[in-house]
Amino acid sequence: MTLLEVESVSKSFRGLRAVDDVSFTVEEGSILGIIGPNGAGKTTLFNLVAGALPPDTGSVRLAGTDVTGAKPHRISHAGMARTFQLMKPFGSLSVLENVAVARMAAGASRRRAPAEAADVVDRVGLTRWRDARSEGLPTAGLKRLELARALASRPRVLLLDEVLAGLVPAERTPVMELLETLRRDDGITLVFVEHIMAAVMRLSDSVLVLDQGRVLTSGEPHQVTQDPRVIEAYLGEEPTVAGP
Amino acid sequence: MTRPTTAHGAPAEDGGAVTAADPATDTPVAATGGRAWWRGAVGRTALVLLLAVLAVALAYWRSGSGVVVSQAVVTGILIGGVYGLVAMGLTLIFGVLDIVNFAHGAFLAVALYVTVEMTGRFGVHPYLALLVAVPVMFLLGAAVQRGILSFSIGQPLENQLLITLGLALLIDNLLLLVFGPNPRSVALPGDSGVEILGAVATVSRLLAFGVALVLAALLYLLLQRTRLGTAIRAVAANDTGAQLVGIDTRRIYMLTFAIGTACAGAAGVLVSPLVTIEPTTGELFNIIAFVVVVLGGMGNVVGALVGGLLIGLTEQLGALYLPGQSPLLAVFVVFVLVLFLRPQGLFGSKA
Repeated sequence: MTLLEVESVSKSFRGLRAVDDVSFTVEEGSILGIIGPNGAGKTTLFNLVAGALPPDTGSVRLAGTDVTGAKPHRISHAGMARTFQLMKPFGSLSVLENVAVARMAAGASRRRAPAEAADVVDRVGLTRWRDARSEGLPTAGLKRLELARALASRPRVLLLDEVLAGLVPAERTPVMELLETLRRDDGITLVFVEHIMAAVMRLSDSVLVLDQGRVLTSGEPHQVTQDPRVIEAYLGEEPTVAGP
Repeated sequence: MTRPTTAHGAPAEDGGAVTAADPATDTPVAATGGRAWWRGAVGRTALVLLLAVLAVALAYWRSGSGVVVSQAVVTGILIGGVYGLVAMGLTLIFGVLDIVNFAHGAFLAVALYVTVEMTGRFGVHPYLALLVAVPVMFLLGAAVQRGILSFSIGQPLENQLLITLGLALLIDNLLLLVFGPNPRSVALPGDSGVEILGAVATVSRLLAFGVALVLAALLYLLLQRTRLGTAIRAVAANDTGAQLVGIDTRRIYMLTFAIGTACAGAAGVLVSPLVTIEPTTGELFNIIAFVVVVLGGMGNVVGALVGGLLIGLTEQLGALYLPGQSPLLAVFVVFVLVLFLRPQGLFGSKA
């Protein structure tokens, strides 16, 4: 079943077409990787899909429901969650509270939220840091917290913006394993933007390549990465092939 | 790349993997940051207590009369509790909405007149006016936020500031129009003196203090122990993140402003037997509340209560040091000193 349908969305900033007529669909339970050089419009596309920015034109449908330009909290309730490239924790709250807030916003009662949040905290491997103030966490911990908070709303689709960036290779493997179990055991559909090609190759069922706001090509991972147009778009870029 | 991680890949202790990609999160504070802050807060509390004791000793030496000093301390702490309640509402609004609400005192004045009318017309006991004034102020706050302030979200700070200032002038003058310029007063039936530590405190002051503390405790529990409170704290910490996890921030803004305004309303009822009621009476409380909020740390609810007690004390002791001057003189001396020495306030951290 097609869970997420993005149809020719566009967004301009002062005449610059950051996202230009982009369409794609994501099947329930699949993983879509979005790649592209810096400035290709990946994060803007996420913002359009997740409701942080209204698209100029085009539509976004989640499980058949039109969520184009809906407020972020509505989109969250509709079953889509996202993480940020730059993490945005509730700094003065503890790790557990951060996740409990998200559980409660998704409808859990004050009584049940902490226990349910604790499960999510365990799941992402932050058990030891549960009661620490979230603003004191190192990068790897913040990444996991960002993931935990998104998972707490029990989404059907999870949008991940560079969830591996800033992690050393040894830290990436467990995160990738976690993402795989999310799809396998929880049936969560994943859409992720990533620079680290090894991760894209390992995780994605299909890959969408953006360049200058447009879809350059899309398809199966190995097929896309051998496309001459893709290689050309990446010329002049630092090739990010380091993997675990 | 031999950075140590645990078997589960949990983050290592040192936070050394912070890259240039996320400077915003590159805080030097490790997980022990909370504890260090707490130790600092305890240290500052001890310092403040020491200063307060010194101030009392100095007042005793200056006046040479234990009764006078004791009276000042008792009166100061009792009224300080009410200042704390007013400031808690103001600091909550600032912490969550980032609005400097100049209309806070005007809202308090509205509650004063609600009390005047209820006691004058219907002969109701002044404190029973709480049952009407608090819900009325809650609704008024909600209406003002949704009807006026919500349109200025995301605009420059000056816009919101000028809107609340204009609102304060509007309310003051509406009160003048409706109730006239003549000073009013509210009498508390059976108000008598009670002796505490050689000083005399009226029942009305004791009740105002007691009820203010109870309301402050309820507000604290609301923020710490309820779903709504947790959502409010989340919005205060990071409104974008709050939206993303599914919190309707518009609703939280409205409710927070309403709760803050209800605090001003409750304080208005509580002080009604203690002050001369004029349309501009709220302004005095507004000025004091701003000093208290800065003293306690902008957005810090507990800090506001402590700051309220300190400012109440300062006002009364200041009147002993500088007889014949406005009691606000000492308050502003403390205010300026805090701005110089510790501009983030005594307990500078968000709600």
